[in-house]
This record gives sequence, structure tokens and C-alpha cells, in this order.
Amino acid sequence: MQRHEMVSVGAGPAGLSAAIAAAKNGVQVAVYDENDRPGGQLFKQIHKFFGSHEHRAMERGFDIGKSLLEEARSLGVQVILDSVVMGIYENRTMNVMVKDHVEEVKGESILVATGASENMIPFPGWTLPGVIGAGAAQTMANIHGVKPGKRLLMVGSGNVGVVVSYQMRQAGCEVVAIIDAAPEVGGYGVHAAKVARTGVPFYLGHTIKAAHGKKWVEGATIHQVDASWNPVQGTEKTFDVDTICVAVGLNPMTQLLKMAACKMVSVPALGGSIPAHDKNQATSVPGIYVAGDVSGIEEASSAIVEGRLAGIAISNRLGFLNDGDFHQQRETLLKSMAGLRSGPFGQKRDEGKQILFESMKG
Amino acid sequence: MLEGLKKTGYLSDEELKSGPGIPSAERRKKGPAAVIECIQPIPCNPCETSCKVNAIAVGDDITNLPRLDQDACIGCASCIAICPGQAIFVVDDGFEEERSRVMIPYEFLPLPQKGDMVTALDRSGKEVGDAEILNVRKKENMDKTAVVTLAVPKALSMTVRFFKSKKQ
Repeated sequence: MQRHEMVSVGAGPAGLSAAIAAAKNGVQVAVYDENDRPGGQLFKQIHKFFGSHEHRAMERGFDIGKSLLEEARSLGVQVILDSVVMGIYENRTMNVMVKDHVEEVKGESILVATGASENMIPFPGWTLPGVIGAGAAQTMANIHGVKPGKRLLMVGSGNVGVVVSYQMRQAGCEVVAIIDAAPEVGGYGVHAAKVARTGVPFYLGHTIKAAHGKKWVEGATIHQVDASWNPVQGTEKTFDVDTICVAVGLNPMTQLLKMAACKMVSVPALGGSIPAHDKNQATSVPGIYVAGDVSGIEEASSAIVEGRLAGIAISNRLGFLNDGDFHQQRETLLKSMAGLRSGPFGQKRDEGKQILFESMKG
Repeated sequence: MLEGLKKTGYLSDEELKSGPGIPSAERRKKGPAAVIECIQPIPCNPCETSCKVNAIAVGDDITNLPRLDQDACIGCASCIAICPGQAIFVVDDGFEEERSRVMIPYEFLPLPQKGDMVTALDRSGKEVGDAEILNVRKKENMDKTAVVTLAVPKALSMTVRFFKSKKQ
């Protein structure tokens, strides 16, 4: 069995930030990721981030990913790719599928930073080639330099929907419309405005009725929904598109945490069933921590701060960081986090987080 | 007709007027000034920290809306490429008798060339007239966001926010 002082499951912004924070205190860290490259979703993020200097505002996601990776490597963090953590068992032992064989691994502390998966909505024709998730569109265009299609309909006006629509415009695709069943744009207004001014119309209170085509997508029909989300007859509009991009929210990937018997709480504002955790990112199971989207859907900026919090909490737990320094660093990070969770958008996430913090006390 | 950022994806005239980052018509006539089209409280402050003449204030609570000090602003345009939301423009109504200058952030390729005649678009992407490309600024510290200066008919300086090539 391999033993590590700290294991992070996931090499995205949360996992890498935690690994860096812990390694700085002298903790030996191994980071496993199932993908063939680290960075999670950061390398798809070609836009500049919000926040302030401490949150790395105005840096582009892929640049943040590059610098996190360099920093982790310079601190001696082992990043092990193509490795799927299949289960977390008693006493923090894990089975990890590393390429073609299974290894037994034990972590004195484990951070689960597995991120989230995309939600899908079924509709007639949704299995046709050309119906893709927004994440896939980003991977194709921003990682591989491939246009997902020529004419695209975006389903969902949250930040993912509006940001990816803009990126598809940058890639040279036509975006015929952004639709959302909700009556208002879900994402940040500035993201909506920068895609609107390129000539992309928003159809709010509209949902997709069907995708058309024999072998692949050749068109899409949308229709209006009323206040109770029922379709309104006679409001159909049909678009000539070859791609339908779905951006209807994310779902935390909590399977490992459920398996480890972490207490779960339903918090719709954060994306569904979420592991209860405290302000140190510790779950109900001693030694198991969470950070990033798996602990509630937010953004890369907050994932980085949560990762740092988990990293110093783990350092403290393992005796690498004394209580005084820990509390001081923790206060700074919590203050920085409060900044990211303020305002009408942040507030809802903050309220969700409070539910999770509270449920650790009971 | 529904109006406003949350209904259409772009700012209504009403919302524009209510924002604390919009210089007055009188100020715009005096020369270039930043037009900060940021009306939703989101946690972000690079505009404040990047302004060399302290003309933009956000404050300790980074969710505050940026406030423009229109008399301090010199219209240098350094905030345009800094803004992660691409929500800052510079408008100069003192440029020529008939035309104003509008500077916009631009992240598309190919970049236009100085002297090109292009089609001017409003906030909804609607064609509103012609514009001439006066300048394309792209430097290392702007991190791949170009700032394009357009000359537009004077009456359209608070309307034009994008453009498209006439070849498309």
C-alpha cells in the first residue's frame, strides 16, 4: 500500500490550490486526476476572471491553470494523471485505477475535489449527434481548436451559457439564439451584454421543444413556457442549426463522498445533494475534506480559496501548521471568500453554504 | 416589449442613465471619458486598481458598483482591456464636428485595420450606421484584449458598442 500525508482527488483549481497550500507547510502531497491533463476546467476558460487581485482577477483561466501547475510542481507535489479513484473505504484507504492496474493508497488526509458534471435535459431528438454539452463545446473549441458546428443554439443563459456562447462567436460559429425557460438571464449581465452586442438574441421564458434531423442535428424548435413552465401553443420558432448546446446547470460529483459515508444535505442553490462541511472544508468524516464544485457549485475563484482553506486546515490537522498561524491565515481567506460571496449573485451561494456549515453542528 | 439587461441581455437607456459610471453629455463634449456600463453588483475591482488617476472607485466591498469621477478621468482607455466583463468603453464627443470617437474592447480575429470602413452595431447587435477604424491598440499588458477606436456619427456615440466587417 502507498501512503501519502495528503491525497487530493482532482487536479482542478481546488485540488491544486489545496496541494500548494499544504506543500508550502511541508506536507507531502499526491494529486490524482482521471484526465490525461491537469487543471480541471481551467484550461477551457479563455476569458478573464472577476474578483480582485488576490482572487487573480483579470487573469485568464488557462493562465491561472498554468501557474498553479508550475507552483505545485516546484513544491514537489506529485500529480498523477490517468488515474481514477474508484472508492474510499475505512480508515481513508482508496483503490486507484492507475492506467491499467489498481493500486491501494492511503491518505492521512484526503481532499475530494472532483468538481461537477453537466446536467442534461431530454427532449425529442436529444440523442442526435450535434446535441452537446457546453463543456464539450469548450473542449472542442478551446482545447482542440475544432469548431463544434457552423450554426448553434444555446440552451441556458447562466454564466456557462453566456460565456460559452461568446466563445463560440470567437471561434467563428454563428449563435442563432440563447434560450432559457426562466424569465430572466441567469448569468452575469456583463457576460450577456458582450454576446448580445455581437447580434445574438435572447429568448427568455422559452425552452427547447425538439431537435430535428435524420442522422444529425439539422434544426431546432423552441417554444414559450408560461409561469407554471407549461408550453404555450402556437409560440413555436424553428431555427436552422447544426449544433444544440446544452448549458442547464452542473451537478456535484459526490459519489466518493457518499461511499465514504459523509453526511449529505440537499441544497438546491448549490446544485443538489452536497456534503456537509465546516468552514475548514472538513466533512463529517474525520480526515476527509472537500473543496470546489463538489462542495457546492460556484466558480473557479471560490474553488481556489476553498482549496487554500482545506490545504491549511489539513496542514494544521497533521501538525505542520501551528494553531496561531492557521487561524491568522484562515481569517484572511475567509474574508477574501466573503468578498466573492457578496452581492445578489453571491448571496444565494452564501446562504447555501450557511446551511452546510449549520448541518455540521447538528 | 421587455427591456433591460435581465430581459434582453443588454442595457436599456433607463439602466444606462442610472449607472454611477456614466459621464455626463457635457463632460463627453470636453474630451475622452470612460463609460462604465457595469450596473450589477458583482465582486470585481480591477478597474479601480488599474486606474492611474484614481478616477474609478469601488471601495473595500468589491461588490460595489464602480463610480466614475468624470473630472479626474483623462480617457486614457487603460481600464477598457482590464475589465473582465468588457463593460468599459471610452467616448469622446469633442473629436470632430460631425463625428465622435468610441473605444471598445475587442477579442475577435482578424483584427480590423486602421482606415477600414465597418458597420457599426448597437448593444443588441443591430446595424446602426457606418464607422471608420481610427486605431487598433494591442499591447502585451492588455493580455490579448485589443482596444479598437471607431469614428461614428456624433448622435451615435452612446449607441455604438460593437462593429462588424462589411465583408461578412
